[in-house]
Amino acid sequence: MRDASAAPEARPDAASLRTLRIVRRSLVLLLLVGVAALPAGAAVSGCSARDAGARPSLTALAAASLTEAFREAAARYDAADVRLSFGGSQALAAQVEQGVPADVVATADEPTMARLRSAGLVDTPRPLAANRLVIVVPRGNPRGIAAASDLARPGLAVVLAAPQVPAGRYTALALARAGVRVTPRSLEESVRGVTTKVGLGEADAGIAYASDVAADAAHLASVPLPQAPLARYLVATTRASRQPAAARDLVDFLTSAAGRRLLAARGFAPAVTPPVSPPVTAPVPR
Amino acid sequence: MTGRRAPLPLLVPAVLAVGFVTLPLAGLLVRAPWTALPALLTDPALLTALRLSLVCSSGALAASLALGVPLAWVLARTEFRGKPAVRALVLLPLVLPPVVGGVALLLAFGRAGLLGAPLAAVGITLPFTTAGAVMAETFVALPFLVLAVEGALGTLDRQHEEVAATLGAGPLRVFATVTLPLVAPGVAAGAALAWARALGEFGATVTFAGNLPGRTQTLPLAVYLALQDNPDAAVAASLLLLAVCALVLVALRRTWAVRR
Repeated sequence: MRDASAAPEARPDAASLRTLRIVRRSLVLLLLVGVAALPAGAAVSGCSARDAGARPSLTALAAASLTEAFREAAARYDAADVRLSFGGSQALAAQVEQGVPADVVATADEPTMARLRSAGLVDTPRPLAANRLVIVVPRGNPRGIAAASDLARPGLAVVLAAPQVPAGRYTALALARAGVRVTPRSLEESVRGVTTKVGLGEADAGIAYASDVAADAAHLASVPLPQAPLARYLVATTRASRQPAAARDLVDFLTSAAGRRLLAARGFAPAVTPPVSPPVTAPVPR
Repeated sequence: MTGRRAPLPLLVPAVLAVGFVTLPLAGLLVRAPWTALPALLTDPALLTALRLSLVCSSGALAASLALGVPLAWVLARTEFRGKPAVRALVLLPLVLPPVVGGVALLLAFGRAGLLGAPLAAVGITLPFTTAGAVMAETFVALPFLVLAVEGALGTLDRQHEEVAATLGAGPLRVFATVTLPLVAPGVAAGAALAWARALGEFGATVTFAGNLPGRTQTLPLAVYLALQDNPDAAVAASLLLLAVCALVLVALRRTWAVRR
């Protein structure tokens, strides 16, 4: 702004400066709110930083439904500092294919793990647990749902997992086997979306894994869905692991009696050992 | 700033920034399934999602304009206790993870929510409806509009408004016939930002409105789900989203040029 001719340009600058000032002031206020919550956060991070020293550090990718079980397993596991990353099985597989640095992968279905195995990205997978879909209802089952056929009741708000995710595939298969036609209010992008909506009372019923219901027992109850196929969870070490021995030890722990007990407490059924059944292929509803 | 050479310490980061934004875009374009694109782009499911996206983002823009412009005026032109707090609240969706915003919307407008329960009693339900998707998008888009318009109002030369007032125009008339036309470029810029944010919205929509093709499944939701089992379709849909956004922003360039 050395001469007068530059003056007209100053106006938009003033506008953005003012915008900046508004943003800054607001962010400062929000920060102050955040600072109030800081002591709690600091306590948590201090805890994990405490003894990271000599232990090897491993990264495990796990299907979202394993969240609670794996967090507990990681906390109990002394031999390594285990960092966890959760997501849909296919999303995790895609991460491994893209070269994410991980030592252990656990998927919620067989086809996804088979994909990684045939690409030579993981070692031989081991059975981890099994999970069955159930009908999930609010605690106390206020609408008196007893079987899959009740889900077709008019006026009942039902949410299901989208057919693109494994839980949605199993759901479609179970409903087809039961001969029930359900008109869902929403096809959730993950099975946790189903339990969230039932738990918040937005939906009267849904279909989710038994382990998901166990994760929120305060708000949810389950009704058996015998038509549902068994989802087999597999766990494997990655070929790209820089600490293969430590990774194998972690898989040993997860598949040990102690690991099985941990998983059982979270609503998982015991792993079924192979022969591996053919992958589930359900008609995709259009 | 014509004819001025950028000094190296500014030029290098600037070029890096352009590269940083361009490279992922280039990745999308290079990996795009060009030969299968016509078939993928005419998939009825994709077109349904596109139509719904345009409807919802336009609805969110309309709602943001109707609520956001008056709010920006109030924030820029009036003094009241607790104004900074009100402003921070309005800007909260900027920093709130959208999924949390969706849960918050459920707790307020859901069937069992604060306002949702009385609404449900009279037969109005918002979750799992297109109106719910519009609400979710408005929630995240509104701050962009408010910020832009408030900024424009703040730098406005007040003379014109004062003249109109001395000539006998009431405050509402001054706002409609003097203030609004003067800040039109700011409103347009805010509208473009808000609309683009609404178009790309994912987290709040999927949490509050769910995902049902033709009703609440907007293009970003369709992209996310396609990514699970048909990555090519996901890339195709992303390109479509990109093209629509570029088209609208280029069309709006003229409005921005006025500002300069």
